[in-house]
Amino acid sequence: MQLTIKYFGMLAEATSTAEERLQTDICSVADLLKKLKNQYPKLHDKDFKVAINQELVNNNYMINNEVEVALLPPFAGG
Amino acid sequence: MEKKKPKNVFVQGAISSKFIGESIAKHQTKTSIGAHNIFLGQVRADEIDGKVITAIDYTAYEEMANQKFHEIREATFAKYNLTCMHIYHSLGAVTAGEICLFVFVSSPRRKVVFEALEFVVEAIKADVPVFGKEVFEDETHQWKQNT
Repeated sequence: MQLTIKYFGMLAEATSTAEERLQTDICSVADLLKKLKNQYPKLHDKDFKVAINQELVNNNYMINNEVEVALLPPFAGG
Repeated sequence: MEKKKPKNVFVQGAISSKFIGESIAKHQTKTSIGAHNIFLGQVRADEIDGKVITAIDYTAYEEMANQKFHEIREATFAKYNLTCMHIYHSLGAVTAGEICLFVFVSSPRRKVVFEALEFVVEAIKADVPVFGKEVFEDETHQWKQNT
């Protein structure tokens, strides 16, 4: 399946990427993050949350569909 | 209450006092209102390690943010007896001293608008995926984090 991965704020800066497509098998959020951290070592020391199709999820969430994954650094609205 | 699609809360750049003034004026026809309350978030020129912040450059996960603003709006209307509510947030660069967040709640009575406004502003700070790059005078930057 193909995922769309979106990076925001300091994470877009750390990865030099705003959005990319990724081909992967069914996996947990934790598995996906491991893969992304290998690809972008600068993500290792960053604090962030993960949203799947615009809803926050935890690391055990299983990704089994072609979804939009967003990596969200600390919020700073207002 | 009728279900509505999320509105776009974002405006490009700072929110002007003219826009805020006109928003107030538009409510003169809504004569069941007895009390308005307004929150204006302003960019602070904080000094950090000897360098002064000159602007915050805002970005957002816009689709999710608008959905979250919508949920906050629904939750606030469910909790408080409000006549109307408006939220505007900046995207892009907002210079120190300029307004980046405008929240406007109105009700027949005053007590409810004090509580409702705080509820809305705290929910925005905690739940909405907006990101702020704090730009210093020497064009270096750091990332803002709500506390």
